[in-house]
Order: sequence, then C-alpha cells, then structure tokens
Amino acid sequence: MAEVQFRFRDDEMVGDPGVTVGAFGEQSNAAAVRLEPGDEARDLLPHLSRLRLIEINFPVYGDGRGYTAARVLREAGYTGELRAVGDVLVDQLAFMRRCGFDAFAPEVPLDPADAQAALDRYPEVYQPAADGRVAIWAKRHADVQGG
Amino acid sequence: MYKYDTYDQAMVDARVEEFRDQVRRRIDGHLSEDQFKPLRLMNGLYLQLHAYMLRVAVPYGTLSGAQMHALGDIADKYDRGYGHFTTRQNIQYNWIKLDEAPNILADLAKVEMHAIQTSGNCIRNTSSDQYAGAAADEVTDPRPYAELIRQWSTFHPEFCYLPRKFKIAVIASETDRAAMRLHDIGVQIVRGEGGELGAAFYVGGGMGRTPMIGPLIKAFVPLDQFITYAEACLRVYNRHGRRDNKYKARIKILVHELGKEEYTRQVEAEFAHLLSQNIEPPTAELERIKAQFADPAFETGLSEELDRSDPDFALWVDNNCVTHKASGYIAVTISLKPIGGIPGDASADQMRLMAALAAQYSFDELRVTHAQNIVLAHVRKDQLYALWQALDEAGLGTANLDLVGDIIACPGLDYCSLANARSIPVAQKIGQRLAAKEQQIGELKLKISGCINACGHHHAGHIGILGVDRKGTENYQLLLGGCEGADTSLGQITGPGFDEDGIVDAVEKATEVYLSTREGNERFLDTYRRIGMAPFKEALYG
Repeated sequence: MAEVQFRFRDDEMVGDPGVTVGAFGEQSNAAAVRLEPGDEARDLLPHLSRLRLIEINFPVYGDGRGYTAARVLREAGYTGELRAVGDVLVDQLAFMRRCGFDAFAPEVPLDPADAQAALDRYPEVYQPAADGRVAIWAKRHADVQGG
Repeated sequence: MYKYDTYDQAMVDARVEEFRDQVRRRIDGHLSEDQFKPLRLMNGLYLQLHAYMLRVAVPYGTLSGAQMHALGDIADKYDRGYGHFTTRQNIQYNWIKLDEAPNILADLAKVEMHAIQTSGNCIRNTSSDQYAGAAADEVTDPRPYAELIRQWSTFHPEFCYLPRKFKIAVIASETDRAAMRLHDIGVQIVRGEGGELGAAFYVGGGMGRTPMIGPLIKAFVPLDQFITYAEACLRVYNRHGRRDNKYKARIKILVHELGKEEYTRQVEAEFAHLLSQNIEPPTAELERIKAQFADPAFETGLSEELDRSDPDFALWVDNNCVTHKASGYIAVTISLKPIGGIPGDASADQMRLMAALAAQYSFDELRVTHAQNIVLAHVRKDQLYALWQALDEAGLGTANLDLVGDIIACPGLDYCSLANARSIPVAQKIGQRLAAKEQQIGELKLKISGCINACGHHHAGHIGILGVDRKGTENYQLLLGGCEGADTSLGQITGPGFDEDGIVDAVEKATEVYLSTREGNERFLDTYRRIGMAPFKEALYG
C-alpha cells in the first residue's frame, strides 16, 4: 500500500487500511473504508459518524467519479480524513483539494516542489466547492452577500 | 461586451504560468506523453498529423476588434499566416510548436483571451446565437448567461475529468441559430407566465456517431437557481455516465439509456440537495455581467433606405444581411467561404482588416458563427455600402450566406489525426461546381465531416456528407434532410457511398431533383420533406 505523501490535517492517522464497501457493511466496527469508482458514496452516509478515514481510489487519473464522491461526502458533513489513493498526479491535486480531499497517497510519489507549486497556483476560484474557498463572484459582491 | 476585472485577469495569467510549467515538465521528461496529454488538451493543444494544433476559445463567439487583431498577429507570428474558424465558434491554428505554445497563451492573455477547456473531457467553450443583442426576436441577450456559465465551468474541480467532452449552448429566441438541441446541454432563456425570465434545459443532444436531439427536461428554472441546476445535471452525468466505452460516454447515451424521466428524476433529487449548498452566484453577479452587454449607443433617426443601384452590393445585402432590432441598423455576415476556398479560413491580414472594420462600423465587436463565418452585428445602413466595398476588395465580400457555397467543413484528413477522409477538397470542388447555380438553388445548408465524430455537423445539413474509410480508400456517404434550429431533424443516408468525384456529382444531382420538383418558394429542405427520399435515390442510383 502506498505511503501517505501529503496530509493536511493534524489528527492521528488511522493505521488500518480501508475495507471495501462490501466488507464494511458486515464489519460494523471498521473506522476506515475504501471507495472504488463504481461505489456509491451515499451508501456511506448513515455511517459517517464512526468513520475516521475514507480512501477514494483512482485506478486511472482520467476516471473522475472520485471527485463527485468526495464532494458528496463533505456536503453530507463528513469531517474525517478523505484520502486520494492510486493514480494521483501533480496536476490533479488542486482539484482534489477543492473537492475535499485532505490526504494523498499517490502510487508513484510526486515531486514535492511541483506538488506545492500546483497547490498554490490559482489565487482565486470561480466556484464554491468543498474547501471553503470563497468564489470570485461572492468576493465581487461581498457587500451584498457574504461568503 | 464582457471586460475582465482583476480576478478574471489573474485566473488567465495563472493559467499561462501553469501551462508553461507543464510544458517544461514534459520537455524535462517529468511528465509522460500519456500524463501530459489531458493537460495540454485542457489548454486546447492537440497533436495532429503534421504539427500541434491550438484551439483558442472565443466565449459565445464574441470578440472585440483588439482581440481579432491579436488573433491575426498570432497567425503571423506562430503559424503560417492564417487561422481556421470552427463550428465551435472558436479559432484553430494548425502549425504550432510545443515550446511556443506558452508564449501564444501569454499573448492571448494580454487581450483577455485563453485556450482554457477548449478540449478534454471537461465543460467546453459555451456557444450562443451569433445575432445576440441584435436579433429582433430575442427575449434578452443570451450572452450574460453564457458568461456566467463560462466562469462557473472554468477549472470546475468536480467536472474536469468527465466521461467525455461536454458542450453547452445558450440561446434566447424561438429561432435557434446555435443548434442548441444538438448540445450536451442546450439552454433557452424564456419568459415565464408572469413575464419573468427563466431557463429551459434541454439535455442529451449531440452529433457524433449516435446523433440525438436533446429532450426538454425542465421547462423553467428560475434564474437564481440556474447554475445550481446545471451543476445537478453535470453531477448525475459525472457519477453515472458510461466510462467503459468512449463511444458511449457522452451524456446523450446516459439520458437515452436511463430514459428522460429517470435522468430527470435523478437531476431533481441532486438539485434539491444542492439548493442547500449555497453554490449559486448572487443575483448581483448576473446584473454586473448583464450591464456589460447593454446595447451600444445606437443612433436614432437614421434612414432605413439602402441604395441598391450596385447589383453586386444588392445581391450581398439580400444574401448576407439580416434585420436588426434597431431601426437604421443591419446585421452583417462576412462569408469566409469564397468560391473554391477553404471554409472558415482567414488570413492574418483579413483578420486585422475585419478588426479594423468592426472598430469603424460595428461598435468594435465581432462574432464567430458556428457556420464558420464572421458577423458584424450592428452596422448602420447608411454605412453599409462603404463596408461592403472594403470587404469585397479583401476577398471577404462573397454573397453566399446559407447558400450551397456556404459549406461547413471540418479540417478532415488534411490536418486531423482522427479523420478518415479529406473534407476540404470536397468542399472546394462542390463550391466550384455549383457556384453558377447557387443563387437559383437558394438556401441549402451543406455540411461535411471527415469522420464519424461529426465536427462538420453533417447530420444537421440539408445535405450532409460523411467521409469514411472504405478498405483503405476515402469514401463519402450522402445524407439528406438534416436541419438544426427549431425544427431540428437528422439527415438520412441515401445509400451506398461515393468516391471524391462521385460525391460532387451526387450533390449536383440532388440539387437537380430539387430544382425540377420544387413548388413555389420551397427551399431544398422543404421539397425533401414533401417528396421524401425516393426521387433522390432514383436520380442517384436508378
């Protein structure tokens, strides 16, 4: 299993690897689960309070279902670790952060300088997502509507 | 038209630096071609048969004189002195060097332009009505809504790795001049029962291998929920669109396989959830954008009269100009389809001339049309003759809008790595063959694609031509009866295909059937719809 290379939270890491969604249903005490692209993130919603780690696997970087899964979980109030694993590349990091991922375990470790540059690239965002950043259109009208 | 503020400018500037860095990492070998490909595609950079091709976004087809001038300069500086206007209302350069691409983006950013999301499996440049703001039949100018979509979709973190590309069109009149229902999402701005504006959503249209006309899934979305509804449409697609087969990955297949009702149900559920997420821009933002699309300062008390004593001018007026909502003005289409020319191509000098003429005659604004022509939307009738003379002198006065010479054609096998057959020479030969008869034939929209991907919109042509590969040789199928617009229909294949000369003969034969059987003022399409395929088949194969 790939190492966590970047983590943007201070709590203790969950040691156990995530179980599959199928196994999770039976293993009622698991605190970590692993979502594959075809899994339905909303199936986890009844169990969010006891989950501390959700891994979302990207078998190939071009399969973007994990972005929706991540946002759906954050929108439902999940505050535990959301870890992107698999084919995680430099140029997808910023989008993943915006969708609520706060840990990354790329299959092939990334160049740390390139990764940092990618995360810092855009001074603004055009739309709200799961990272709390304020969209440009809200800043333009801060006097009318906050946040 | 829309002007960037410091936020917009910061975003495109950051993109230039990001792409410069990505190119550096590719040249260094830190990125494999496989990893680099989606990154360059999201910047509109394709690797074609002979060189890189760069597709530059022209949001909703509108650009200023300064922007058109800059496009001409780029053609000289980085290409071979010309560019190609496309059916996506964009421009493509065909002879680009990879290491120069970041500098082109920097030049574009100086005039508030970019190539963001002009390719890749993301939300592409939004298209719109080329007569927006000039058309007498629109309920409002559709472009502010398209600009709102541009901003929302730019670097949307959830929707940059969709199952497939995603195209949105926005119109605001009953007459559809943007082939709205042949888009992944077609939006029509409409008036509700109380007179307030709202958005009708058509989802799941498209051309390509499986052409489909998008069904209406929501007749009225209030404007303060517009972006939220679009987000719901996209989220259902991103989650459930097929990823096992790229030919079945467009949203049209999802809507078709789920059924319109089930897709709509899922969108409505997601929409209900997203309404609680506060993702909608404030109404003030739409108002801010709308203010930038306010009508230019039209003069009043102008004459409606035109001096038609020059017959060439009169012909051009009749063919290429349409009624304007303001009296004394007219909307002009500059044809990029000279007889025997390459459809949609313009030289650097022609681009700079059109830029200067826009500044002089049309409030410094131009539009690119999906039929690969250029529109000057607001021209004073008392200045029309002077404008025409300047255009005609530069080879831009061809009087053939919507005639058989006004051919839409994709780049085809002359440039494109996906193509099965050449489109350009076929367009050139048909244009030459029928030039003498085109006025007599009247409106006839002819569209040519060099492969099944249908960039030349062949399904929507009154006459459509599809280039295929038949045992290693180029072969052309003929389709009849396609149409975009309010009465959208898809063309039907006549029968076995033809070789390059054979397809030119076949098109001429089809026009002969029409000319000999038309009644009254029927257009080619009307005659076809009345008499059906059989008489055409008889003439072609009998």
